[in-house]
Amino acid sequence: MLRALPALAGAELRRYSSYRLAVWAGVVTNSVFGLIRASVLLSAVSAAGGRLAGYDTGQASTYVWLGQGLLAAVAIWPWSEIADRVRTGDIAVDLARPVDLQLGWWARDLGRAAFLLPARGLPPLVVGALLVGVELPGSWLAYPLGALSVLLAVSVSFHLRFVLNLVAFWTVDVRGYLSFYFVLVGPLSGVLVPVHVLPAWLRTVAYATPFPSMIQAPIDVLGGRVTGVDALPVLLAQAAWLAGLVLLGRVVMHRALHRLVVQGG
Amino acid sequence: MSVLVASRIRSQLAYRASFWTDVATSAGVGVIEYVEIYALLSSVPVLGGLDLVQATLVYALANLGFALADLVFGSLDTIPTLLRAGQLEALLVRPLPLMLQLVASDFQLRRLGRAVASVVILAVVVPLADVDWTAGRVYLLLVTPLAGAAIYGALFAAAGGLQFFVVDGAEITNSFVYGGGYAGQVPGSVLLAPLRAFFTFVAPATLTGYLPALVLLGLPGPALLPAWLGWCAPLFAVWAWVLAALAWRGGVRHFTGAGG
Repeated sequence: MLRALPALAGAELRRYSSYRLAVWAGVVTNSVFGLIRASVLLSAVSAAGGRLAGYDTGQASTYVWLGQGLLAAVAIWPWSEIADRVRTGDIAVDLARPVDLQLGWWARDLGRAAFLLPARGLPPLVVGALLVGVELPGSWLAYPLGALSVLLAVSVSFHLRFVLNLVAFWTVDVRGYLSFYFVLVGPLSGVLVPVHVLPAWLRTVAYATPFPSMIQAPIDVLGGRVTGVDALPVLLAQAAWLAGLVLLGRVVMHRALHRLVVQGG
Repeated sequence: MSVLVASRIRSQLAYRASFWTDVATSAGVGVIEYVEIYALLSSVPVLGGLDLVQATLVYALANLGFALADLVFGSLDTIPTLLRAGQLEALLVRPLPLMLQLVASDFQLRRLGRAVASVVILAVVVPLADVDWTAGRVYLLLVTPLAGAAIYGALFAAAGGLQFFVVDGAEITNSFVYGGGYAGQVPGSVLLAPLRAFFTFVAPATLTGYLPALVLLGLPGPALLPAWLGWCAPLFAVWAWVLAALAWRGGVRHFTGAGG
């Protein structure tokens, strides 16, 4: 089991790295959206007189490009691979393996992120740095803490999507649930505008969900908005959401597997 | 053809609760990007020279055009899936144009939710927008969503054509289809100069909301975007369809089949 997890992660890393054209296409799309996003946010910062919710021009641009760089690795948009396997019955194959369903898919998802973070994350960051300008964090501590925050963000995102996929054990068509997730994750994670810029009531709603742990938190830590001791509450909040979601995933998984009926095969 | 569309609609209405949930979610998807405009304009007085009401007018006009285009042409997004599964050959041997079949065979009525949401926003925001009404401006208000639908429809069709060339890289088309939808919904004056030029003269998204809104509001345009261009959305729609027709014909001719 402990040997299987890195193998699963490695296999997933290689699977994603075999679609070169897809990576390139994704980089272009992330960069174009980044340019539009930066245009809008920078215009707002300048309308606010040079500073908006603590973001000056350079920090606002950095926010946008770190966000575009993290998008693919954190996989904030819905994903239905497990739900599809439940629908087709392929989930039986996964269950026959001597690897825990939750841990196995978590390992695979980390493998996916390990490829996409540099491949899809760095190029848009370079595009942003060249065309709009990006600021490096003031302290070297931002890098190790940022790396930890990104790992937590990827894991929080995975466990949210895992639980969402488990809904397929109860209802075959999960499309509605995935779209609903899509509607929530945009405004609440910080991917459209920084959560700090949201009106107070919407910010409260956002922090009642795990979504800011996926985008806002890693950008805050990586970008140096919070450093050193100030970064601890952000990391702890991410870790707490992760622990809760892992637990929720286990409970839901056990209930799901108890009612599973695989047809045919 | 209408029989096919009608049968698709009846099948979707068969599960009422599921259908209405889908409609509501589709409306939500259309409103997501509005959160950005609303959040920013509740912190700052103007964005790209427009206040909250004016920016909402731009958003609603462009979003209505995009929603109508998505309702009709959104299914062209599925071409890469059909290509990989080798299901496109079956459609090509039928005596009907391929695009018509793709549009009719996956007509998703739930996408109407997004259009309805923008109509509601428009109905609220137009009376607030202090428009000096003339016959010409009434005409512009009615024609803009239709021209916008034609422009975004052309982007969907162009993307569909390009997907025959870049099956694995199909995401690239999102940069001008969904990127165009996004760029069209924000005040065009905020866009960096190269984006402003691209989303006006190549993928004419600023013609679907921002420029017509300038005419309605009696405002001048920024550099590269004179307000009078707002009258020209139908002409830009024709131009977009010329590009789309080239991409679509090129794509379908390029198709070599998967040996199915």
